[in-house]
Amino acid sequence: MSEVLVLIDHVDGAVRKPTYELLTIAKRLGEPSAVFIGPAARAGGADGVTEKVKQYGAEKVYVVDDAQIKGYLVAPKAEVLQQIAAQALGNGGLAAILIPSSAEGKEIGARLAIKIESGLITDAVDVTADGVATQSVFAGNFTLTGKVTKGTPIITVKPNSAAPEESAGAGAVVEFAATISDAAKKAQIVASQPRQATGRPELTEAAIVVSGGRGTGGNFEPVEALADALGAAVGASRAAVDSGWMPHSFQVGQTGKTVSPQLYVANGISGAIQHRAGMQTSKTIVAVNKDEEAPIFELVDFGVVGDLHTVLPAATEQIVKRKG
Amino acid sequence: MNIVVCVKYVPDATADRQFESDNTVDRVGVDGLLSELDEYAVEQALQLKEKAGEGTETVVTALTIGPEKAVDAVRKALQMGADKAVHVSDEAIAGSDYVATSLVLAKAIEKIAADSGSPDVVMCGMASTDASGGVVPAMLAERLGLPQVTLASVVETQGDQVRVKRDGDTATEVIGGTMPLVLSVTDQSGEARYPSFKGIMAAKKKPLETWSLGDLGVDAGQVGLAAAWTTVEDTTARPPRTAGEIVKDEDGSGATALTEFLASKKFI
Ligand SMILES: Cc1cc2nc3c(=O)[nH]c(=O)nc-3n(C[C@H](O)[C@H](O)[C@H](O)COP(=O)(O)OP(=O)(O)OC[C@H]3O[C@@H](n4cnc5c(N)ncnc54)[C@H](O)[C@@H]3O)c2cc1C
Ligand SMILES: Nc1ncnc2c1ncn2[C@@H]1O[C@H](COP(=O)(O)O)[C@@H](O)[C@H]1O
Repeated sequence: MSEVLVLIDHVDGAVRKPTYELLTIAKRLGEPSAVFIGPAARAGGADGVTEKVKQYGAEKVYVVDDAQIKGYLVAPKAEVLQQIAAQALGNGGLAAILIPSSAEGKEIGARLAIKIESGLITDAVDVTADGVATQSVFAGNFTLTGKVTKGTPIITVKPNSAAPEESAGAGAVVEFAATISDAAKKAQIVASQPRQATGRPELTEAAIVVSGGRGTGGNFEPVEALADALGAAVGASRAAVDSGWMPHSFQVGQTGKTVSPQLYVANGISGAIQHRAGMQTSKTIVAVNKDEEAPIFELVDFGVVGDLHTVLPAATEQIVKRKG
Repeated sequence: MNIVVCVKYVPDATADRQFESDNTVDRVGVDGLLSELDEYAVEQALQLKEKAGEGTETVVTALTIGPEKAVDAVRKALQMGADKAVHVSDEAIAGSDYVATSLVLAKAIEKIAADSGSPDVVMCGMASTDASGGVVPAMLAERLGLPQVTLASVVETQGDQVRVKRDGDTATEVIGGTMPLVLSVTDQSGEARYPSFKGIMAAKKKPLETWSLGDLGVDAGQVGLAAAWTTVEDTTARPPRTAGEIVKDEDGSGATALTEFLASKKFI
């Protein structure tokens, strides 16, 4: 069976959940081969990357030590994938290359597409066994299906696109020595400040997201308290971010994160098209807004016309009580 | 210094955007405009020029690929303060994917370079508001053999050194590169200016060229829907969400109703 390359999404060797979703999708298309570009020391051992991805069906794990390329942007990783793809093609064939649909992942896919003359589909929310990818476009107003028609399909896949399924893979380690051109080392990460852990679920991975907008008036406490009562991630509209109330990493929408949780609770958010773009595909939508004409109410499964500063704390109290 | 800023003409996001029967984006039936996200790119290009100062001659060229009406996108860039504009328009380009778009942009930039000097910075928006892939800048960098410094929320330059700040998925980073490079900026990079009356008048006298594929030496067979490396099989409008239950909060009834709803859906 042909290989399917899956680029592992990780932070310093800590594998992130989208990796397992990609491996699950990869199994539909062929034989999953995970690609680890990171500190080689984190590849092995009981807690290592190999052990993790094996549990989700990785038959092979290409380990590429990033000592030489750490600190450079995108371009070296595209060269690594190009070289692994060439090897896989020579071996038993290559069915597809799956990459997490992060900003970096999309740019790696973009460079790779030109390098290996293959079509690229970005932001897929599903991929079938015959390579048909589903995308959600125009602020979630349209669903589009499409296919790569040239070369090896390169598909970037959004978080939450599949429920990770465990299945034992061989996890055969292939140490891969990539050759990186000087040209690829021209953009450098000069400094990096890891995002502070909030203690809450990751916004794009959370089952529940509770968001606040301009209507919070800058006081996010009621939003955060409700989020904590529900075990949810906290989100924000651009208006809240632009006002400096929340960091940009919390922004939901066209120029922030796209979320598709089981439950999205919008508080003091009007529901502009650019905000909808980031949350419209949520399974259940709830809004609290004091203006009954707010467009967000067109989307909701349940809405409360009221002041979030009174509704949220009271609801939080009741939820906490029910949970005991 | 030479700056090329790539701007896209997109269907208005607040209008009722549609697809054509061949599954391409309807770019005629829906009102279009310069992508809001590319206004930020024009703004940063103009700020680079202003920072370079009077002494150094800096030329900002706005470049767009798109149908006839796409000329509006570069016109607006000229009104904002760009010095020159190029509109690449050709029937054959319709339905192009990212790959073909980046090819035509790269060829146009090579022609601009041949005519009036190599760009030090190719400036892009973070994503187009229609396709919203955010991949054209990286493809362009690959094709032009340039480094890419993308998704900048703050841009700083000193001579040919570029330093930007960006909010990554897991970290806030400072990225550095040396010109020439491809740079893309986010909507956090600073409000774009409005064209002034003076700017609007001045734009009418600024050079605006229209190029065809022939002018760029690109074969029509390399672009357009038929040459795309991906195909769209189907586009379906998402069924409108059925209006849910909406209650008015009176003396705390809203909180109780909300809690009941969440419990009924097993979120509690
Ligand atoms: C290119 C571009 C990209 C954009 N990207 C994004 C994006 O990624 N994400 C995003 O969110 N926006 C984005 N926007 C901005 C978007 O258009 C809206 O301006 C923004 O979403 C508005 O945020 P808001 O709903 O919090 O504020 P507003 O629209 O001001 O709405 C505030 C709401 O709060 C309600 N309210 C006020 N007080 C209370 C109270 N006490 N209790 C309850 N309700 C109250 C009001 O009735 C109102 O409905 C973008 C815009 C552009 C042009
Ligand atoms: N047709 C086009 N003409 C000019 N610039 C474009 C075009 N398409 C994309 N771009 C540039 O590439 C950026 C990213 O676009 P995209 O990858 O389509 O999301 C945009 O913000 C523009 O700067």
